[in-house]
Amino acid sequence: MNTSSIGLGGVAASLVLVVVAIVLSLRNKLGLERTIAWATFRAFTQLAVIGAALGLVLSPNASLVWSYIWVVAMIVVGGATVANRAKEVPGLFWLAILALSVAEGVSLAVVFGLGIFPLESRTIVPTAGLLLGNAISSTVLAARRSVTELREHRAQIEVRLSLGQSGPDAVRPHVREALRTAVTPQIEQTKIVGLVALPGAMTGLLLAGVKPLAAVEVQSAVMFLILGSVVITSVVVGQGVAHRLLTPEDQLDPMLGG
Amino acid sequence: MSGVHRLLRQKGRLGGSTGVVARPAAPPGPGDPTALFSFDGIQVVRAGRLVLDIDHATIPLRGATGIVGPSGAGKSTLLRLCNRLESPSAGIVRFRNGDLAATDPLQHRRDVAMVFQQPVALPGTVADNLREADPTLDDDGVEAGLAAVGLPADFATRVAGELSGGERQRVSLARSMATRPHVLLLDEATSALDATSAGRIETLVGTLAASGIIPIWVSHDIEQVRRVAEHVLVIIDGHVAQTGPVEQVLAAPRPDVRRFIEGTMS
Repeated sequence: MNTSSIGLGGVAASLVLVVVAIVLSLRNKLGLERTIAWATFRAFTQLAVIGAALGLVLSPNASLVWSYIWVVAMIVVGGATVANRAKEVPGLFWLAILALSVAEGVSLAVVFGLGIFPLESRTIVPTAGLLLGNAISSTVLAARRSVTELREHRAQIEVRLSLGQSGPDAVRPHVREALRTAVTPQIEQTKIVGLVALPGAMTGLLLAGVKPLAAVEVQSAVMFLILGSVVITSVVVGQGVAHRLLTPEDQLDPMLGG
Repeated sequence: MSGVHRLLRQKGRLGGSTGVVARPAAPPGPGDPTALFSFDGIQVVRAGRLVLDIDHATIPLRGATGIVGPSGAGKSTLLRLCNRLESPSAGIVRFRNGDLAATDPLQHRRDVAMVFQQPVALPGTVADNLREADPTLDDDGVEAGLAAVGLPADFATRVAGELSGGERQRVSLARSMATRPHVLLLDEATSALDATSAGRIETLVGTLAASGIIPIWVSHDIEQVRRVAEHVLVIIDGHVAQTGPVEQVLAAPRPDVRRFIEGTMS
């Protein structure tokens, strides 16, 4: 494979663009120069630390256990990110961890079970990270929409409950609506992939010198995995939120409001 | 135990984090055989606020009951306890002398139906709405259900969401009756309707009552309660202010009840 590295010199050269951004900020009195500088520094430092750690995890001699630990850590950080972005949803941290774990479990089982990628550190960690990164926004959306749908349709749900329907039956049409909303952006993105912008994995592979068709093969596999994991996390989170907002006596939890 | 210890213990019980004031447990035993519902030591706390606080009250087994009081007094909360859309924070609700908390809520709700203030149309046709209550209902069953609320058979295929408020509330009533309940809870069921539609609902419920259904009306309107109910529970500030036969309560209202009645008249 004809891989390439741009080296520290390349990174330094790309800072020219940051300097352009800072100059523009100064000229237009946007007051963003400090923020831009700090964001640039922070991004580079974060990536350097992650890269160093990844170097250890991904080295050919390292045990696969380290890769799995890395994946678990990513799931925990992912759960915290989701919970932080949808603070109004009670108990979302553990629910998000459950959803992300299920999605990761199923996806990695398919990827490595069917031999799509070889089971190595250099495939486990990036695949898991890619799925997580893409599943987070749909997970947040699924959690938020579920709460909003249930709150906005409280009257309809209580009518169904008052007719003797069970809690899960009474909320089903509204959870369904929330899940459709949560997964639609990913489906739309899958439809137009490559037409508007080249997707991330493919861009990376092309920049690293991989032939376009080979890059397309990897990108396709990645897209399908992302689609699958987005739907899995959304369904788990949507159902979980609905379950939390129903009491054992088939009532809507008063804390739902609305 | 010393007096100081006893006092400390009582203080501990009073200073609960939920804001629920401790009181002796509801009296054990069979309760009142003439009561459809009885409420003992009921407290409902919502967002740290005590919204309902009832020592003891009953809704009689025979005749329609009205629950009346100013808005925000806790009437709807009391009604929602009756079909377990809400549960009390403390105390016991009994239905026909059995602890309501021990029954199957889904079964209970089909026996104690509810009509809400806002006439809610579920998606689909009127027939779809009735089948949310009873999926086994055939076309004849839908027709009979509509006839019972004075709607013609061709309403079955109309889209429920496109009906007028009064028509929708009649569909709601037919939908609630499709579970064949024995008790009908009406939560301000006519207050979102014009006078004609409201009068029609009152008449329909009167007909149902004559056939053995027990209606329980929540209303802010004492005149309506006088028209539709034999018994009344007046709720003011989360407490039962007065209870008894409607005419008796109206003839000799307690001071706070008199103020409420005079307020609604003016």
